[in-house]
Amino acid sequence: MTDDAAATAEGHYTSTGLPNRKLLMWTFIGSECMLFGSLIMTYLVYRGRSITGPYPEELLNIPFITVTTFVLLMSSLMMVLALAAVQRNDMRQGKLWLLMTALLGTVFLGGQVYEFSHFLHEGLGLSTNLFGASFYLLTGTHGAHVFVGVLWLLSLFVLAVRGRLDARHAETVEITGLYWHFVDVVWIVLFTLIYLLVS
Amino acid sequence: MEHATNEHGHVEHASVRTYLGVAAALGIITAVEVMVFYIEALHPVLVPILLTLSAAKFVLVVGFFMHLKYDARLFRGLFVGPLAVAIAIILAMLALYGVFTGGGAPGA
Amino acid sequence: MAATETAARPASGTGTREGTYAGGLVSWLTTVDHKRIGIMYAVFAFSFFLLGGLEALLIRLQLGSPENTLIDPDLYNQLFTMHGTTMVFLAIMPLSAAFFNFMVPLQIGARDVAFPRLNAFSLWVFVLGALFLNASFLFGGAPDAGWFGYANLTSTQYSPGMRIDFWVLGLQILGVSSIAAALNFIVTIINLRAPGMSLMRMPLFTWMTFVTSFLLILAFPAITVGLVLLMFDRTFGTSFFNPAAGGDVLLWQHLFWIFGHPEVYILLLPSLGIISEVIPTFSRKPLFGYPFVVYSGILIAFLGFGVWAHHMFAVGLGPIANTVFSATTMLIAIPTGVKIFNWIATMWGGSLRFKTPLYFAVGFIAMFIIGGLSGIMHSSAASDLQQTDSYFVVAHIHYVLFGGVMFALFSGIYYWFPKITGKMLSEGIGKLHFWLMLLAFNLTFFPQHLLGLHGMPRRTFTYQEGLGFEAMNLMSTVGSLVLGFSILIFLWNVVVSLRKGAKAGPDPWGGATLEWAIASPPPHYNFRRLPRVHSRDPLWAEGGLDVAVNDPEAPEPHMPSPSLWPFILAVGIIVAATGGLTHSVPLALAGAAVVVASTYGWAFQPLER
Repeated sequence: MTDDAAATAEGHYTSTGLPNRKLLMWTFIGSECMLFGSLIMTYLVYRGRSITGPYPEELLNIPFITVTTFVLLMSSLMMVLALAAVQRNDMRQGKLWLLMTALLGTVFLGGQVYEFSHFLHEGLGLSTNLFGASFYLLTGTHGAHVFVGVLWLLSLFVLAVRGRLDARHAETVEITGLYWHFVDVVWIVLFTLIYLLVS
Repeated sequence: MEHATNEHGHVEHASVRTYLGVAAALGIITAVEVMVFYIEALHPVLVPILLTLSAAKFVLVVGFFMHLKYDARLFRGLFVGPLAVAIAIILAMLALYGVFTGGGAPGA
Repeated sequence: MAATETAARPASGTGTREGTYAGGLVSWLTTVDHKRIGIMYAVFAFSFFLLGGLEALLIRLQLGSPENTLIDPDLYNQLFTMHGTTMVFLAIMPLSAAFFNFMVPLQIGARDVAFPRLNAFSLWVFVLGALFLNASFLFGGAPDAGWFGYANLTSTQYSPGMRIDFWVLGLQILGVSSIAAALNFIVTIINLRAPGMSLMRMPLFTWMTFVTSFLLILAFPAITVGLVLLMFDRTFGTSFFNPAAGGDVLLWQHLFWIFGHPEVYILLLPSLGIISEVIPTFSRKPLFGYPFVVYSGILIAFLGFGVWAHHMFAVGLGPIANTVFSATTMLIAIPTGVKIFNWIATMWGGSLRFKTPLYFAVGFIAMFIIGGLSGIMHSSAASDLQQTDSYFVVAHIHYVLFGGVMFALFSGIYYWFPKITGKMLSEGIGKLHFWLMLLAFNLTFFPQHLLGLHGMPRRTFTYQEGLGFEAMNLMSTVGSLVLGFSILIFLWNVVVSLRKGAKAGPDPWGGATLEWAIASPPPHYNFRRLPRVHSRDPLWAEGGLDVAVNDPEAPEPHMPSPSLWPFILAVGIIVAATGGLTHSVPLALAGAAVVVASTYGWAFQPLER
């Protein structure tokens, strides 16, 4: 993968000794806190204000979503195992865990797709009521982030398969992990606020 | 560019065993959350319990999986600052919308 | 210490053959050099400043006499909407960005920003986004619901057609540009400072850039969400702002102002940084109370997130909310005041050299105080109920944003023009520009305080005879024409000085900070050898710099190679947005495909080749 800081004859000097790209990802995650924060705030403010149904209590399937939540949590485990493997240059395991992370992420997305189509079938569309609008927007934005993450992970997997990813690129895998775990952490919040605290 | 270490020596890493332990904890906490949800008697205190449990999961993922516990404090600042701003604004908005006082929407 | 200047000889790969800024269209499209990117920001920003100024002149001409028929109400709505949107997003912010780009790497002793291609990306997304937004004039009319687009005036019911869609999409595109740039500058300032430059030794302009960048990444997501909600309402029929379905129009206002108030500090803080550089330089005295100036900047930013509902005092939030936000708003005056005292104390006892940058800096202080006083009048919810939505607010905004921010930006332009171009701007014309502008500015905007207090509402295309508004409006209109003329004087100064201005050495003003240690204009790698600092004002230290930053014996640094991917990715975004605008799925998908493909192209292209 590519380098970041402008070249200097003195080498890649940094004021903190920390990598630029890692700083970038953490700062970006800070910005994403405000993005999801605003979406969450919209959802919470509109909770209980839908004038027509269907209403969340009727539709939300806690057992099902518990399973998909668990899947996403485990994908984070896969991710740290992938990073650990890449760091010790065990690319066989690295490829395995990268693929597993992407796979579990895809399973999660599959669960979201199933849930959305079920809700649609039950009469909850984007424009049906405030619950539909705010629910689909919030969880949809999260899902889009997961989707981007899956593409990113698969790209790394393909690179690894082609022998172009190894311990020298551990930082890249670490940064991918930061993004992935953050997306997982957002889901932890959403699972509680949307599903468990349904009213 | 490989920068897995900083200038002051190498960064600690959690072991694979720690990761597995954290993953197990995440699973267990999730199960507890769902159980609490189904126990009617706990419903008056549902909100604080669930918020605490999910906060615990949050901290576990951020601290161990995202390595923040072992990493430079700067990263902690870069994350906690914006997070605090986001939470404060959410709480302010909930207050403005009467969520804490059970009131109606202002200007609705 | 041999601080000899080197002739600017670019190494291969920067796309230029002679001189620092030569090179054809392709070299400008593919450059990743922060200095050239900064120049492009400045040129585009100033062009949009002129466009926004033209929109303002048309407004003033219409209001010059009662019941005027020069501009019809529909065009008038477009004009005041686009004037505000253009000045905020397409003029002031990118002008500040021009300075961030050109100056921050120089001030911290770096060769470029942390992510040069991301930097180019921010520029092109801004340029294309600005063109997208203004294309609306050609396709059905420009946005016309005010620069803050209140719901549900912006619903499809009350705003049919594409005007608001241009606005919604255009602002989201600009948001991408701003957030990307802010992320870049945060990492740059954290990580690319020269050895010895601790945070508390950084120049104030860099400090304010740093704080502003945090404001950007935290505030823009709020408006992004608001815009998305509005976009969904308009495109997919959701009811986020539809009261009939339980939606709340005030949610828009909250989201907008949660962004909008930090936004005014995004507009202001860089200017405060400029003033904090100009005043010490022209007083030949270090900034008085440097830590206080830094901390007050940070405090202003932090408090800025807690005052947003002072824009909503008249919507019925209730006495508790109004009181709380009144109190927080009054608090913000304190750190602002601290800065003003520090600037005055810096000049006190200093050896003042009255050059044009100092004129504008002192003008800034005076005008900003007036704007701040009217702001304090707004902070009281009770008195704001009279002032809100009247010309009093218009007077306030323009005193802080024109008398304040623009004067400071002009100060920065006069200060740094020699560094950027290698030529001095004419002092004579500069002073003419200043006095004319100061006079015209006050003639234009001071009467508006009185108009507001006498009851003239804002955003109305005319007023009736006999209400007592005629004289003030006429004064304001005359003032605005002279103001426009003073801008032409400035442009004349630029043209004349570029052609025949005195050549500028590395340090025409005797400045303290690192940008004055290198040639004007700087070589493309900035510093041949990276400097080392030991104090806050490195060039004023005993013996000056201890590293020969221009030493021709040092190996010529290799700089990042140019790249077209940032531009292509920006084009992809615009194509996707156009698909969204026209509800064309194929176009949106095509744009998305370009975005994905160019992301991969960018990621797999090495930074240095």
